[in-house]
Amino acid sequence: MNKYNQTLDKNFRDKEKLIQIPTRNGYGEGLVLAGKENPNVLVLCADLTESTRSIDFQKEFPKRFIECGIAEQNMMSMASGLALSGKIPFVSTYAVFSPGMNWGQIRVNVLQNNANVKIAGAHTGISVGPDGMSHQALEDIAILRCLPGIIILVPCDAIEARKAVLAAARCKGAVYLRFAREKTPVFTSEKTPFQIGKAEILKKGKDVTIIGCGPLLYEALLAAEKLEKKGIEAEVINNHTIKPLDEKTILASIKKTKVLVTIEEHQIMGGMGSAVVEMLAKKFPAPVEMIGVQDRFGESGEPEELMEKFKLTHPYIIKAVEKVLKRK
Amino acid sequence: MAIYSIHESKIKKLEETANQIRQDIIKMLLAAGSGHSAGPLGMADVFTALYFHILNHNPKKPDWPDRDKLILSNGHICPVLYAVLARAGYFPIEELKTLRKFGSRLQGHPHRGSLPGIENSSGPVAYGAGLAVGMAIAAKMDEKKHQIYCIVGDGEQDEGMTWEAINMAGKWRLDNLTFIMDRNNIQIDGYTEDVMPKEPLRQKYEAFGWHVIDIDGNNIRQIVEACQQAEAIFEKPVMIIAHTIPGKGVDFMEGKFKWHGITPKPEEAREALHQLRTLGGKIKSEHE
Repeated sequence: MNKYNQTLDKNFRDKEKLIQIPTRNGYGEGLVLAGKENPNVLVLCADLTESTRSIDFQKEFPKRFIECGIAEQNMMSMASGLALSGKIPFVSTYAVFSPGMNWGQIRVNVLQNNANVKIAGAHTGISVGPDGMSHQALEDIAILRCLPGIIILVPCDAIEARKAVLAAARCKGAVYLRFAREKTPVFTSEKTPFQIGKAEILKKGKDVTIIGCGPLLYEALLAAEKLEKKGIEAEVINNHTIKPLDEKTILASIKKTKVLVTIEEHQIMGGMGSAVVEMLAKKFPAPVEMIGVQDRFGESGEPEELMEKFKLTHPYIIKAVEKVLKRK
Repeated sequence: MAIYSIHESKIKKLEETANQIRQDIIKMLLAAGSGHSAGPLGMADVFTALYFHILNHNPKKPDWPDRDKLILSNGHICPVLYAVLARAGYFPIEELKTLRKFGSRLQGHPHRGSLPGIENSSGPVAYGAGLAVGMAIAAKMDEKKHQIYCIVGDGEQDEGMTWEAINMAGKWRLDNLTFIMDRNNIQIDGYTEDVMPKEPLRQKYEAFGWHVIDIDGNNIRQIVEACQQAEAIFEKPVMIIAHTIPGKGVDFMEGKFKWHGITPKPEEAREALHQLRTLGGKIKSEHE
């Protein structure tokens, strides 16, 4: 039992007993808390106030909420001007629009100005569902990871999302926060530590490392539990901070287990898995299987249908573990 | 516009400074061997009027929170910004000759943080407009009295994001915001109206809720009076369309789009400096 992180929700093994909330709700709650904590916190949104949950902040602090219309490039530029004037703007819309449409403004106006802008990408991953490929952000991490000076956070549930928003508001510098649309199990608790740049071990194990980010981590926990029954001890790491990467925690785990499986709801090119294996290739090369979206766009469907079709659920994690163990 | 008076002697002094700035620009571009010539020369009068008469700023305290802020949206004309900043006392004049060199604080396009007085990193055109709008909104929220100026090019009117910013400024009725457009009618591929029509600029800006003032952008009195008028306009952002002559002050550069993105060779620089020192041969220079 003590293999598991003791701060997880006590019902984490039983999905039925866990409450299910989208991580975007954690964003809305976090914004209100950050707004109460610091009067300089502002929220900008591009005509998606309800679905990004920016509405929570708008209701609480209407004078600190800026409706930008459907103009994401200008929203990001304005955020940089606000930040250079001492404000802490949170730029909120779907990730396919921001950073999808304003990467240049992030590069020049935010990062080359060293502006304290927080970027919230909503509706990421194929779990966006029926809206289909145009609205399923699967490339956001890849296009931001390559930019110097940005911090990238992918919270795994609504509680962690709220903590990530507060941490982002408190830290100086540009931060990207990634959120999902669908309800997903809340399996961490108020007590689970969250620190930018510090990966959290959810379960200890010696045979294989499963490292992931976002709500998919719950599938990793389910996989790890089933693997236990097969006598395979998997270590599960919540790598919520993709940049800067917690090399120390990850290296220590891989040096112990020697093999890994990466999981994320993002293209396998340029995402969290890429960040991990780039680092390992230099410091401790290890056999790896990468679970994610395999170089294709999404499609319409119910989230659970798509998660199955794209092979992102725990049975596929188990298969990947068994495959990678053969290369040990 | 007679109510906005500026003494003739002050105008004379500003004209002399602008001439000095143009000479600095030629020397900088010659030393750099790459960069933009036409835009900086054309905008020398506007930048001189701003930094030596209009802006409430303090080179000794570049981070003073209540300063007027000048955002450069068309970063490629930065030699003129560097020259006025140096002449205003932000950094040593000798440093101007390091433009674009390895290790220089005078980067090819401006970088905030590298050099005192630079309010925004820029280069890709049109990025400054939205940033300036954000600064003006922040000033409104904090009930600050300082003005935000933004220099934009006419070429960047092609960019969609320009109009997103213009729309937002109109929505917020940002009367603390003044744009000055370098309307020099050239961009890299040719004359602006051939590359992509910009006109009718006045009507476009008015339709977005802006007050528009057209001026001769190489006439110091008109520049000063337009900026003073802009400050007095309430409830609307102001666009000053400064009709300038690209390459102004050097006859073989004036009005020629080929000088947009190239620099003078040594003999051309010599001729340019001669023309500036003698005002086109009209006076005999003591430097001859």
